[in-house]
Amino acid sequence: MSNEELKAFVSKIIPEAVFEEGGQYLNVIVDAVLVRKLLEELRHESTTGFDFLFCLSGVDWKTHFFVVYHLESKHNKHIIVIKAKVNREEPVCPTVSDIWRTAELHEREVFDLFGVKFTDHPDLRRLFLDDTWGFPLRKDYVDDTTIVSL
Amino acid sequence: MVISSVDKVVNWSRANSLWPLVFGTSCCAIEMMSAASAKYDWSRFGFEVARASPRQADLIICAGTIVYKMAPVLKRLFDQMPDPKYVIAMGACTISGGPFFYNSYSVVRGIDHIVPVDVYIPGCPPRPEALLHSLIELQRKIKTHTVVKQSAPQEFIVK
Amino acid sequence: MNLFETESSKLVESEEDFVVNIGPQHPSTHGVLHLKIKLEGETVKDVEPHLGYIHRSIEKMSEAGNYRQFSYLTSRMDYLSSHMNNQACAIAVEKAIQVEVPKRAQVIRILMAELTRLASHQLWWGAMGLDIGAVTPFFISFRDRESILEIFEDTCGTRLTMNYNVPGGVMLDLHPNFQKRVRELLPILKKNLKEYDDLLTGNVIFEERTKGVGVISGADALSYGCSGPVARASGVSCDIRKWHPYDGYEEVKFNEIIETAGDCFARYKVRMLEMWESISIVEQLIDNIPEGEFQAKTKNVLKPAKGEWFVRVETARGELGVYLISDGTANPYRVKFRSPNFSNLSALKHMAVGGKIGDLVAIMATLDLVIPDIDR
Repeated sequence: MSNEELKAFVSKIIPEAVFEEGGQYLNVIVDAVLVRKLLEELRHESTTGFDFLFCLSGVDWKTHFFVVYHLESKHNKHIIVIKAKVNREEPVCPTVSDIWRTAELHEREVFDLFGVKFTDHPDLRRLFLDDTWGFPLRKDYVDDTTIVSL
Repeated sequence: MVISSVDKVVNWSRANSLWPLVFGTSCCAIEMMSAASAKYDWSRFGFEVARASPRQADLIICAGTIVYKMAPVLKRLFDQMPDPKYVIAMGACTISGGPFFYNSYSVVRGIDHIVPVDVYIPGCPPRPEALLHSLIELQRKIKTHTVVKQSAPQEFIVK
Repeated sequence: MNLFETESSKLVESEEDFVVNIGPQHPSTHGVLHLKIKLEGETVKDVEPHLGYIHRSIEKMSEAGNYRQFSYLTSRMDYLSSHMNNQACAIAVEKAIQVEVPKRAQVIRILMAELTRLASHQLWWGAMGLDIGAVTPFFISFRDRESILEIFEDTCGTRLTMNYNVPGGVMLDLHPNFQKRVRELLPILKKNLKEYDDLLTGNVIFEERTKGVGVISGADALSYGCSGPVARASGVSCDIRKWHPYDGYEEVKFNEIIETAGDCFARYKVRMLEMWESISIVEQLIDNIPEGEFQAKTKNVLKPAKGEWFVRVETARGELGVYLISDGTANPYRVKFRSPNFSNLSALKHMAVGGKIGDLVAIMATLDLVIPDIDR
């Protein structure tokens, strides 16, 4: 499917979706509460068929977080990028670990480094750091004892 | 400091058959494996048997970065080794944190905060020849020890 | 922060559950991976990886450096394909500052990448033999790997963490002896690869331990995010050099090796055949290195426009992704590394449950994990 057709497909499911122009791939910004419905449709609908989640990352934009899903379809040969906008004060996002099994470890990593809680995740624990550590990849993380700044 | 002939025999046997513990965390481990294999063979110097269990080893070559989560593991391994035991800090990460000294929140800046170190090897990663040089230096250091009781602390002076 | 508290585990559900730790210090050469396995006799019922023993905060450190500096840390991530990690970072910055790489630099990058892939697969083969129980392959593979590392040392200065790729091209021109040494090395490598097959591939014990062990289907491999030889052994075509070619790979002729069995032996065969393909790529290019610049002109301080770029590169273990977000200043706003080993590890539980502990070791050997790449 071309980018225009994908845009039409996404707008049909989530009319409030915002499209970013000029990027490398088609970027879609959705609210976190609606993102699961969109991702389920993108996975199971045969014309889109996004079966490969190749990157799940978190980005801290100071007023809100983005959870970014990079999806690819091996059969239909297209790529789409979905960005879920997550509230900063209470960062909650639905899980997709039952749609793509790779998301289990990736969501644990985003929880560990940013503090975004994923609802209905089978095993949401910290991955690299322990429970008493803060959330280091946030932009307001301060650690005067360990970090030596240049 | 007087080395008696008993010391000479004991030191000679200890130095020439040091058994290292297999402990490599990151990139320096690959250069340690290169030093163990056929081109830069370290078994010529007696390090033939690399043990997997710390109870059977007397040298721990700490090759690779140590982070805060790994530090208790290193300390526990060091404590499990029987005396006399030696530590070689291989690579820049173990000396001072290396390339991860600035701006990292989880790296221990040097393993001498955790265990006492005998020989330091700079490099990122150090060549296998540098590791062999440090093993020979450690052998020289061992040959100056004494098992006879001393009243003053021992000193190691490089000639 | 209490350093001596162990992590919580979800494995122990009743008093009869028997949980064993593998690692973080263990004689396998893969690094510091801590696995908790729940056993019933010798059968594995559950596998739980515990990570973070080499988490060196590379992503946070990249935000503090500038666009030229963050690739130096990536050589330490998957250190056996360090050239390809640096290549991914360099391509990401080149996309951001919109500079084109000269042809000579592209061909040099491909040559170095394929030699690195060969060296990495050779080490994998030696380590695989060691894990299964054969000690000889270890020494034989290191002997061959050393000859490749000497060639790297002439041109790049170091053997393992070669920071040779910079935004715009490569750092220095090739050593004058490079072509001669590679041409002399190729026939020796071809003879030695046949020796590898003699030693291990047809061995009855090896085949018993790897055939039918650790099977994963193609759909499951995609769902778990596997890439590289792990996915290709289950029938999934996913070589980034073919699907989204970069740096001139579209002009090079090579085959993508795909097997369908999905077990350890299939993954083994994929990597062995990939070594032959790498040799064929080097043969095609070594006599046709174009003349010209080895580095495009770039400004001293790189300040890309606001935006984000995603670069995918095929390393020896799978697909490495670099997700670079810029906010217009001289430091990257966010760099995320999509590591191939992280996703390959998530398939370990699926493959190992139901088998024995010896099968778990064989599966880990064929997954070819490098743990610092998982923890970053």
